[in-house]
Amino acid sequence: MIENGLALLPHDDRSWRLEDYLARGGYEAARKAITAMTPEAVVDEVGRAVLRGRGGAGFPAGMKWGFVPRGAAGPKYLCVNADEGEPGTFKDRLILMRAPHRLLEGMLVAAYAVGIPKAFIYVRGEYARIAVRLEEAIDEARAAGFLGPSVFGTAFGLEVVVHLGAGAYICGEETALLESLEGRRGQPRVKPPFPATVGLFRSPTVVNNVETLASLPGILGRGADWFRERGVPGDGGTRLFSVSGAVRRPGVYELPVGTSLRTIIESHAGGPPEGRTIKAVVPGGLSAPVLKPEELDVPMDFDSLAGAGSMLGSAGIVVISDRTPILDVLHVTARFYADESCGKCTPCRIGTRWILKIVERLRAAGGGPEDLDLVVRLAEGIRGKTLCPLGEGAALPIRALVTRFRDELERAVAR
Amino acid sequence: MTYAPSPAAVLRIERTIALYPEKPAALLPVLHVIQEESGFISREAEVWVAAKLAIPPIQVGEVLSFYGMLRRAPGGRHTIRVCRNLSCHLAGAEDLLAFIGRSLGIGPGETTPDGAFTLVTAECLGNCDRAPCLQIDGLDQGPVSRESAAALIEELKAHD
Repeated sequence: MIENGLALLPHDDRSWRLEDYLARGGYEAARKAITAMTPEAVVDEVGRAVLRGRGGAGFPAGMKWGFVPRGAAGPKYLCVNADEGEPGTFKDRLILMRAPHRLLEGMLVAAYAVGIPKAFIYVRGEYARIAVRLEEAIDEARAAGFLGPSVFGTAFGLEVVVHLGAGAYICGEETALLESLEGRRGQPRVKPPFPATVGLFRSPTVVNNVETLASLPGILGRGADWFRERGVPGDGGTRLFSVSGAVRRPGVYELPVGTSLRTIIESHAGGPPEGRTIKAVVPGGLSAPVLKPEELDVPMDFDSLAGAGSMLGSAGIVVISDRTPILDVLHVTARFYADESCGKCTPCRIGTRWILKIVERLRAAGGGPEDLDLVVRLAEGIRGKTLCPLGEGAALPIRALVTRFRDELERAVAR
Repeated sequence: MTYAPSPAAVLRIERTIALYPEKPAALLPVLHVIQEESGFISREAEVWVAAKLAIPPIQVGEVLSFYGMLRRAPGGRHTIRVCRNLSCHLAGAEDLLAFIGRSLGIGPGETTPDGAFTLVTAECLGNCDRAPCLQIDGLDQGPVSRESAAALIEELKAHD
């Protein structure tokens, strides 16, 4: 990591603990916000930082909070989305493991800004062992008076509950997450109403990603300008880029938003191993359409990636080398979405399975261009016809693989 | 046969329920407690949980059939969860999965006859910089080679 905007440290047994976090200036930003600022001033500061959601959709965090009705009677909730399931993404794991107090501090800032007394952290079931550490960090914070009925001795209080999922990708979608938290199948809700007005237990709810919240102490501690200027106009700050696949140094790299994809892959992750070249790159988690080697100079911010026909998503970068058949990538992708479609919307439920059946048949027995056309048509048939972004997230990468690597696929499936 | 969790589990379940403003929200955490103790969620346990949280038994059934990590039938004493998503695939996950299957004499979704191991596939475990990766009883391992997989299995057998 070239800089420590998120105050992540090399892994050791102690650095995640409260004592070490305090020694690094931990909880000072939350203390400043809660003891010396009004909630409105905190919202304003975060708004000026242009912090866009780090979970995938990229919605500006300050604006999301603004939709919660002010001063309304009844409970409000904060839900932390720690259901990191987007394939190729492993940054929230890093925060939970190495800087759990950074997340808790960010939660304090968000909860104070919106006037929320109770938070749930929805951790994916596969991270159960990591959740144990998170519970320990919560105990430490509570014992120190940073969580509980009176935070920093003020009238503001925050209770935090860790809630473990049980293996369903769809629960990363915010309304599916709420359904799951309420004890039902994780199937998305019809929007509107949005969670900010009708969310958990029918109450106004803020749902924020782990990394989004972990960015808040930096914004409050060093100012919105400091944060915004590190990124690009319209997308501030640094991001945690997860890099995996065919690179020499896979890992999480914290870099300014807008750093070029090529710089991340080549300068930071070391480029492809000896003797291999890059064939394709998934730039923002599996749901992001693949890019070709000649497109790698794209700046990694939401708007630039959208302009390139892909998306920044969760900033999970997967590098695919010349040795990997695209038909294999298509198969892994199709299988994933067919498995993880929640079944609620027919186009997604049927479409993803139909696509998988075709791809399995192509792998086993070959086929012709008309089969590839059908895959594209089915993907188009899912787009825009589902309640949640999973359908779009399945359709776009599948369509991109088929259309952008059409020649290779036609050769591969030719009988 | 009726189901009854241990007193320790009941205590954990009561404490869990108290964390939520509405009882049904405790469903997943309560199922985790029961599965941890019994290895799976039996029909009788489904009914017990439904009564405990004041929800219809079908709601418990719907949830059990939806979430991949919850079991309605006994599994092995150890669960090996092999990731097969893109980053792990690029690093040889298919070969690793086949190797582990051959070593144990079972396919994905199956349990060894002695009840020691259940082998399952997983979608992205969020450990992509250590691909190919897997989890044994929830503990992350990676990158895993054929040799290290064989060693891990031997170690589990030795302490089983």
